[in-house]
Amino acid sequence: MARETPAGDLRLANLTRRFGVFTAVDDLSLTIEQGSFFALLGASGCGKTTTLRMIGGLEEPTSGQVLLGDRDITRLRPYKRPVNTVFQSYALFPHLTIFENVAFGLRRRGIRSVDDEVTRMLSLVQLDGYGDRRPAQLSGGQQQRVALARALINRPQVLLLDEPLGALDLKLRRQMQIELKRIQTEVGITFVHVTHDQEEAMTMADTVAVMNAGRIEQLGPPADLYEFPATAFVANFLGQSNLLAGEATGAGGGDVAVTAHGTRFSVPAGRSRADHGPVHLGVRPEKLILVGSADQVPAGHQHVTGVVTDASYVGVSTQYLLRTGWGTELSVFAANSGTSTPVAVGSEAVAYWDPRHAFLLPRDAADTDRTSPVLDEPVGASS
Amino acid sequence: MTLLAPTRAGHPPPAPPAARSGRRRLLPYLLLLPGAAWLLIFFGVPLVQLASASLYDPSGSLSTGYAMTWAVGNYPDVLQAYWPQFLRSFGYAGLALVLALLLGYPLAYAIAQKAGRWKNLLLVCVVAPMFTSFLVRTLAWKTILSDNGALVGLLRDVHLLAPDGRLLATPFAVVLGLTYNFLPFLVLPLYASLERLDPRLLEAATDLYASPVQAFRRVTLPLSMPGLVAGTLLFFIPASGDYINAELLGTPNEYMIGNVIDSAFLVRLDYPQGAALSFLLMAAILAVVFGYLRRAGTEEVL
Repeated sequence: MARETPAGDLRLANLTRRFGVFTAVDDLSLTIEQGSFFALLGASGCGKTTTLRMIGGLEEPTSGQVLLGDRDITRLRPYKRPVNTVFQSYALFPHLTIFENVAFGLRRRGIRSVDDEVTRMLSLVQLDGYGDRRPAQLSGGQQQRVALARALINRPQVLLLDEPLGALDLKLRRQMQIELKRIQTEVGITFVHVTHDQEEAMTMADTVAVMNAGRIEQLGPPADLYEFPATAFVANFLGQSNLLAGEATGAGGGDVAVTAHGTRFSVPAGRSRADHGPVHLGVRPEKLILVGSADQVPAGHQHVTGVVTDASYVGVSTQYLLRTGWGTELSVFAANSGTSTPVAVGSEAVAYWDPRHAFLLPRDAADTDRTSPVLDEPVGASS
Repeated sequence: MTLLAPTRAGHPPPAPPAARSGRRRLLPYLLLLPGAAWLLIFFGVPLVQLASASLYDPSGSLSTGYAMTWAVGNYPDVLQAYWPQFLRSFGYAGLALVLALLLGYPLAYAIAQKAGRWKNLLLVCVVAPMFTSFLVRTLAWKTILSDNGALVGLLRDVHLLAPDGRLLATPFAVVLGLTYNFLPFLVLPLYASLERLDPRLLEAATDLYASPVQAFRRVTLPLSMPGLVAGTLLFFIPASGDYINAELLGTPNEYMIGNVIDSAFLVRLDYPQGAALSFLLMAAILAVVFGYLRRAGTEEVL
């Protein structure tokens, strides 16, 4: 049944889901290309799981459409959709063996000889020989792989993954991320992966959509989202950012001039999403370089001066907090590459950056500086 | 192991005092003692007493006394005399069980999975009739089903019942009484099983191309088996030995084996017969239960 439907992209058109007065998914429209690995990234409660459930048919949209190729599947019952889900809790059938769990979908579609297919699928997820066991006899990582095999065996047009790695420990999660990506490349099925873990989304997905309050804030390849976020939310949800509140005073000569806290900065026009009015000037912590005094700043770079209030050594880098003259604490990550000298807490320092690494975002007039919360941040330090 | 060995050799663990360890080993048995004594006195002794009574000389009586003659013939005798009541007992209980399953499974499912915040109230409603006596409830049904009652009047009016048709004193009334009286014994274990059923498993089944009927057959039903097996046993065993429903709602034509035993002991005062019947009933029920558990899979109940 899954095979006779026309292949194609998955499209969501003006998809909305309300629960009473709460709008979980708000007029969502997007196209997910066939064969791509798409990640829906967002904090819990942002509507990403509801979106997934509407694609799978487990939730009915209040309005809008779900289209697969040219086919409208919005009202199609879940068991008639060429879509399968890997659930967050795995939802393996406890009364069935691993073999029967994996064979479940094939059997329900009336396929008699399932042995070869199940064996092949179990070896794809590296569980050869586990067919006779029960789910309870498997570890979390193994159960997760059974859930994956159980969904993949049906060769759905779209595979939905609802935080499938959430219950695994860090090391296993990394391993499964690579595994999932490998399997996706191997089977060529469209993967829609829901997660709140930005690193997970970025390592695996071709395209990441950052969701917030039922809407998509930004959508694109992970590097684009990270290097040039569209909103302050994305800038701080995907990694960390130092956002300085300023006023853009217009473009000229390929640059946008910004005044923030009495200092003039500039950002290339290509990295500005606004050229006048209130803006956030953003720089990623690892793009800031910490030096002792202003005369060490190379030409063409911009800088702010402050006092180092905290330094946390985290192995690959040292994370500094630099309190600026107007009281905002900026995060600065200095890679422990052995080339830079450590800066002592309490000393004056200058953080500089290349303007091409900065970005400019429109800002609500009332919004002030925004920096990401940092571990061990002193109380009351943020904005 | 090699690392541990010298340490253990160097510091042998202090041997626990023999008396203490001995007492500790005895403790489980001591805890068993009250229950075991209770069972021995109130179950074991009467059972032996009943077993020997079933082998007494059938020609004896309460006034002349009974002689122990190992009269094994009592068993074929009672079976020959009362096999219709035996069959009827299991027939009625089986019929009532089917009715109770049809009523009870959806009920338990609804309470467990769909009732939401009404769950506890509905459970109380299932159990509430048990707060009154079994006898009173059955007498209430006698009133409801009586010939002059509203129900019979209505059924006669809509011609579902002949003008002289009746509900009381029919097999229907007895089966209905059994169904009603033992329904909670079926519903409660079923509820407990269905309550544990993770609705996400049903979503997963639906996601994996199972229609609602298939999802029920492949997921809900197998996962509710422990409750279903326990519930059917708890229903069937007392229902097949029951005599109150047949007595109050039926006529001697509907009498079950319980009624025969009742009259053997209390009316006819034929102790050997009553005892033999009791043992036959017990054996029959045990046979039915073991046969059933073999098929349903004991691991899920025990």
